[in-house]
Amino acid sequence: MRFFRALLAGAFLGCSAANASDLRIGLAADVTSMDPHFLNLQPNVNIGWHVFDALTHVDENARLIPGLAVSWRAVDATTWEFKLRRGVRFHDGSEFTAEDVVFSIERTLQVPNGQFPTFTRRIVAKEIPDPYTLRLKTAVPYAMVPYDLDSVFIVSKKAAAGARPEDFDSGRAMIGTGPFRFVRFARGDRVELSRNDRYWGISGGKGPAWDKVIFRIVPTDGARLAGLLSGDLDLIEQVPTADQQRIQRDALLETAQKVSWRTIFFHLDQRERVPGLTDKAGKPLARNPFRDARVRRALSQAINRQAIAERLMDGAALPASNLVSPPVFGYAQDLQPDAYDPEGAKRLLAEAGYPDGFAMTLSATNNRYVNDEQIAQAVAQMLARVGLRVRVEAFPVNVYLPKGAKGDFAFAMLGWGSFSGDLALRSLVATADAKKGFGAFNWSGYSNPKVDELLERAFATVDEKAREALAREAMRAAMRDYAVIPVHHQVATWAMKKGLTYAPRTDEFTFAHHVRPR
Amino acid sequence: MLSYLAERLAQSLLALVLMSLLVFAGVYAIGNPIDILVNPQADQNEIARATAALGLDRPLAEQYLLFLKDAASGDLGKSFAYNVPALGLILERMPATIELATAAMLMALVLGIPLGLWAGVAPRSVPGRAIGVASILGFSLPTFWVGLLLIMVFSVWLGWLPSSGRGPTTSLAGIQVSFLSAEGLRHLILPAANLALFNLSLIARLARSGTREAMQQDYVRFARAKGLSERRVVGVHALRNVLIPVATVAGIEFGSLIAFAVVTESIFAWPGMGKLLIDSINVLDRPVIVGYLCIVVVLFVAINLAVDLLASWLDPRVRLGAGA
Repeated sequence: MRFFRALLAGAFLGCSAANASDLRIGLAADVTSMDPHFLNLQPNVNIGWHVFDALTHVDENARLIPGLAVSWRAVDATTWEFKLRRGVRFHDGSEFTAEDVVFSIERTLQVPNGQFPTFTRRIVAKEIPDPYTLRLKTAVPYAMVPYDLDSVFIVSKKAAAGARPEDFDSGRAMIGTGPFRFVRFARGDRVELSRNDRYWGISGGKGPAWDKVIFRIVPTDGARLAGLLSGDLDLIEQVPTADQQRIQRDALLETAQKVSWRTIFFHLDQRERVPGLTDKAGKPLARNPFRDARVRRALSQAINRQAIAERLMDGAALPASNLVSPPVFGYAQDLQPDAYDPEGAKRLLAEAGYPDGFAMTLSATNNRYVNDEQIAQAVAQMLARVGLRVRVEAFPVNVYLPKGAKGDFAFAMLGWGSFSGDLALRSLVATADAKKGFGAFNWSGYSNPKVDELLERAFATVDEKAREALAREAMRAAMRDYAVIPVHHQVATWAMKKGLTYAPRTDEFTFAHHVRPR
Repeated sequence: MLSYLAERLAQSLLALVLMSLLVFAGVYAIGNPIDILVNPQADQNEIARATAALGLDRPLAEQYLLFLKDAASGDLGKSFAYNVPALGLILERMPATIELATAAMLMALVLGIPLGLWAGVAPRSVPGRAIGVASILGFSLPTFWVGLLLIMVFSVWLGWLPSSGRGPTTSLAGIQVSFLSAEGLRHLILPAANLALFNLSLIARLARSGTREAMQQDYVRFARAKGLSERRVVGVHALRNVLIPVATVAGIEFGSLIAFAVVTESIFAWPGMGKLLIDSINVLDRPVIVGYLCIVVVLFVAINLAVDLLASWLDPRVRLGAGA
């Protein structure tokens, strides 16, 4: 019926982009709020990108591209100048200008418990030389301003002045410049959007193909898949790995896959005294073996990444050598995933003074990353083969993360998604230093002055090419020293009805305006 | 009667305070919600700022006293994840759950009592035995599995009913309900059936054993001896006595259906309170968890009171206050 209707519409309208149809998408996680400046959670931001825009966007490969800003450059070491797109209109018809950008940046700092000051607090002054030019100043040279602004949605100053979170949930303040207009938010159930006929991207062929889009929130994997199979949904995200082959065989469905920016890795606590590390008799070790790079390397070589990717993840993973995945800024291509070499691992352990291995606890989540607990079990068995005695403890993520932040884990699995290699290194590997904002999630106590120095230089280098070279250099330094042990990059999978196409994204977002009828 | 009510009220207030203290301490023991709802790009300063903004850096006792103070004026705090008042959030989701639970309980009662009576009057007949066996299956099969099976059969294979969600809602006195539109009803059938299954079986078994017992009683023999029709003997004399345990159990189970419909709500993506609770536990959204459980305590107290009143009406020998 839908097909028939689309056919009729196509016949009447010729090859016009207007396809009188609806699109129903199954989201895997709950959208908690419509306020674009509250929580930086994937589902919330996913909806935000439909109604709002940012000065900069990222493309399918997580690389920066123009958005509401058509170009940007560093005027001097601490000033960034953005040229804004002209003739862009908000959903209420008013024109988008630099005033709206300044208002949005200020709003991120005012929303109670908002998470977006992370992206705007470094901006110390804003100048508007003319309505389509914006200058942002930072206190010290800071290269990440254009990247940070990809996370700052631009709201309408007129509509959002004084707006509370409730005003966004109800739609009163949900006025943006994005490809869709807000229709309705039923918490825990759905978000309904309708096509924005004045979207600036239409002229560039980036207009939405759908009149109406319904995002249904269906967190249970089986139910989301059943929704697709029964025709209640047209497209779903986060297809469980076990079902992917079945869907690929189904003549009525198709899939789209892309390596995700989420990297799964092991953190090794490298402080002097560590909980959960003993010799095989259960006596605490005199020194922490993870402080020896040979031990860290041995553990890395003991992991059979290929087997995990092929068998455990059914192919939906890519063995990793970096903290960020291949398309991402700062990925060092010359690094190769460690080959599986249990004999070499045993030799390294013997060299480091652990010919009989030692005993440790491997901690992991059981409800956060794809197949997380199974990966933990598999890695424990692989480590047992090189002589370690490994006990696996798996926690739900709400218990896991606070414990990790407290430093309770010796050897722990974590997943991370970043726009760039230097950002990932800054959070996870840099020496913890609250003043510099380095190492906020460096649970391991790892500290490498060379990495720190390279990162500092990268963040102060406004030239993209030079900065990427520094970011790669920092990645090499950290990875060759086994600061952490990368396992794989997840592969994100979407499934949809035959006749639709989706340009899969490394950042895992599900954009209705990128779903097209074939 | 009045002193009875006052006593019940005092008991429930005590339960509320104890429960909130337990949940508060429990969530505190698990950890800092900021670590879970964290923005991966945040640095230490932002994390510390966020922790302080929610008051999570203060000692547990101080946090709890602040909560009690606000709670006394009806403010259970703002949700960490939704950024709106917790109480409003829970009440917003309540109609969906109450509608689902009511539909399930109606299914269970309307089908369970007659089936139980039938099986009780003729326990050795083929239908009687079949009902007995089916009811055992009904409450031993896991809800999760039955739910997925229902979706596979009725949505995927037969395509008769929608696989999940609440569908369009209609406003009834300002409350959004599903059952007034055909499309809404279609969405309601599968989750309600899934939720009803356990109670349907339980009630059928209760009614069956109650009937078997009642049929041996003197008053049934007298009624038969008086020449009353079998329909009247079973439908009036036996039924009234069968209903007493059924009412008690149905009351308690109704509370559980509302409070813990979470499995069904998750499978069918039904936007009710149970799903809200699980989502909130997943991110340690304390105001919502505490608020939710407070409401559940109030709900159970109210239902128990209603059951006691109903029992004394069904069986005049039950006196309120005397060990009730």
